[in-house]
Amino acid sequence: MAAPTTAPIDLSAALVMAPTPLADWLVIAPMGLMIGLGAILVMVRHRLHLHGWIAIPGLVALVLLDAMLLWRVAQHGPFTMTAGRWLPPFGISFTADLLGALMALVSALVALAAGIYALRDIDSTGRRYGFFPLLMMLMAGVTGAFLTGDIFNLYVWFEILLISSFGLLILGSERQQIDGALKYAILNLMATTLFLISVGYLYAIFGTLNMADIARQADAHSGTAPLVTLSALFILAFAMKAAAFPVNFWLPASYHTPRVVVAALFGGLLTKVGVYALMRVMVMLFPLQREELSFVIAVSAALTMVVGALGALGQNDLRRMAGFAVIAGIGNVMAGVAIGGTAGVGGAILYALHSIIAMTALYLLVGEAARIGGSWSLQTLGGIYRQAPWITAAAFVIFLATAGLPPFSGLWPKIVLLKAALDIGAWWLSAAILISAFLLTIALGRVFLLAFWRPRPAEMAVAAPSSPEAWQRTAPLAGLVALLFFFGLFPEIPVSLSQGAAASLADPTAYIQSVFPTGGAE
Amino acid sequence: MNTIILRTVAPPITALMLVFSVFVLLRGHNEPGGGFIGGLIAASALAIYGIAYGVAAVRRAIYFHPMALAGFGLLLATVSGFLSVFVNVPFMTGLWIYPSLFGVEVPLATVISFDVGVYFVVVGAIASIALALEERESD
Amino acid sequence: METLFSVLIGVFFSVAIYLMQSKYSVRILLGIAIFGNAVNLLLFTAGRITREIPPIILPGSDILPMTTANPLPQALILTAIVISFSFFCFLLVLTYRGYQELGTDNTDEMRLAEPKNEPLPPLGY
Repeated sequence: MAAPTTAPIDLSAALVMAPTPLADWLVIAPMGLMIGLGAILVMVRHRLHLHGWIAIPGLVALVLLDAMLLWRVAQHGPFTMTAGRWLPPFGISFTADLLGALMALVSALVALAAGIYALRDIDSTGRRYGFFPLLMMLMAGVTGAFLTGDIFNLYVWFEILLISSFGLLILGSERQQIDGALKYAILNLMATTLFLISVGYLYAIFGTLNMADIARQADAHSGTAPLVTLSALFILAFAMKAAAFPVNFWLPASYHTPRVVVAALFGGLLTKVGVYALMRVMVMLFPLQREELSFVIAVSAALTMVVGALGALGQNDLRRMAGFAVIAGIGNVMAGVAIGGTAGVGGAILYALHSIIAMTALYLLVGEAARIGGSWSLQTLGGIYRQAPWITAAAFVIFLATAGLPPFSGLWPKIVLLKAALDIGAWWLSAAILISAFLLTIALGRVFLLAFWRPRPAEMAVAAPSSPEAWQRTAPLAGLVALLFFFGLFPEIPVSLSQGAAASLADPTAYIQSVFPTGGAE
Repeated sequence: MNTIILRTVAPPITALMLVFSVFVLLRGHNEPGGGFIGGLIAASALAIYGIAYGVAAVRRAIYFHPMALAGFGLLLATVSGFLSVFVNVPFMTGLWIYPSLFGVEVPLATVISFDVGVYFVVVGAIASIALALEERESD
Repeated sequence: METLFSVLIGVFFSVAIYLMQSKYSVRILLGIAIFGNAVNLLLFTAGRITREIPPIILPGSDILPMTTANPLPQALILTAIVISFSFFCFLLVLTYRGYQELGTDNTDEMRLAEPKNEPLPPLGY
């Protein structure tokens, strides 16, 4: 029994003795909020009218918390909280740095948009299946993955978001969904298992799972331990998560089967968690090994981009086209990781942020187009411009942003990446970026021409009965388009933030300092 | 599984297992045991009751939906982790109080409430799966 | 002992990968179950296999004596076992539902999400 003792014991060797400032709770509060709200939503599962009233304010609070977190990190640098007062590396640390906070904030914005859209889009059946509790758990997993400072904990957050994504994917249990979910579930499970193997080997080499601890020991082990093999395993696992080229086939097989708002969340968030983990592990923990493997990553990146764009060209189904557009975006982020340096990684981070917003917007837009036009097929769609001019305007913005044309947000990360690629002489990588953007422009331009601009085909002359416009549908789309506009016209803030995030990844002194303020218990 | 032997034996066994699960839950604080294993025992108790008397009887007996129990447990565990915000120590630090009940000092901690939360999560989740499977069997 | 276990792990991995290459979803599922166990066994073996010596740091030393097993990998696989078990349950139900709904366990015939002769997008305006 832990009875109170009177004998003095020196606890300072094992425990954090300084009182924790309230602001440090920002790093843990987003996950706590999401898990708590998810639990409450599970408890009131059958009072469907309450779901929206709990979930939407919760997501607003998540955005605010993440914004405060980002503000604090940008002002004062990274900070850490270690669970249970144990000194790191023994306790599980949560560390917020610029990269994690940026990704968390943008993901929260996207989740808020999707949550509002779901108010109309998810009917009572979907709610009874638990859309909103699963959304909360998904956001807990995503945010936790961005903010954790412990690599096994990262695995656990991956599993949390994976389990909730399974639930979301088969929401409604349609036959097509079960087909897609089977492939998605098996391949993603293999990816996380590979990740677990890598974590096991990592622990065998380093004897620690704390990322800051690994980062400061990586140099010492690089000559003696098979770190390149380990990094290759990590790359394979994360590339599978992120749907990079040789292991991307699960994405177009499954992402078009769930409800469109679920697909929007997945396209925006899940693959980006994979590339985030890739950046965190390869750039911060194993920079030397990233250097050695950069050619492999670059080839995979170039192929991912081109395959994604070519796939988008060949699709008749709008949702599958969007799935390939997601893959093309992943290629660009991977290219940044392969280039390395502050410019390359900064470009990758910027592209990931842009891609989170743009892909969610793309899926929501495609959903709107199909709702108005009554079909997912390019063969039969047409004339949306006449029916919904504002949606068409949004489509114009989103397509240009996705293809990376000015004046929207897709342009800047591509410019940063191109310049970084040319600076290190990887002309073929920059060529791949340009080719991919060109093909994607054609694919998206064709969608615009066929689905929005041309008159409705004769055999489809009767307009599909479409439900009336609702602010729950248009407001999130408008918000995301506004974000794309804003980042396109005022790129200074995101560019400087992402460059700062890349700099702190490349030189994690401040990160390590925040975990081991006194230099650590060596 | 509608035999008279099982139907006679099931209520005492269920009651015994539920008591034992609480014992294991509380014992887990310093010795082998804990919320997870306790929850599993309780869930299997409910499953046995369901096999003997049917799923409807179990649902009536536990009153709340099993998923609601799981949600409650998750909430309890989360709140236990967050109580340490009030005493300026990091997340999930164990906080102890030592109230005196009938002259016996009873150490209580957020660790215990966290474990109780785990217990409820496991009971709720496993019981809802088990009950769903048993229901499927009957039709 | 470790040598024996590493051979066993190798066998586990090869069986799992062989099964996962099958086109029948039930075999893939069995492969995944074995894959998860192979990984758990791998981590378990990596943390040393010893008998019943509690992991207590002796007075005067900073680390565990070499005769004890490292407790952390065991804690890791405890988490991993629970997770992989629950995933396996989910996949089992999913495969069963897939068999019920799609009427096949042959993944070549599961073409609902990706129909075989999906039309090309229109080539002209």
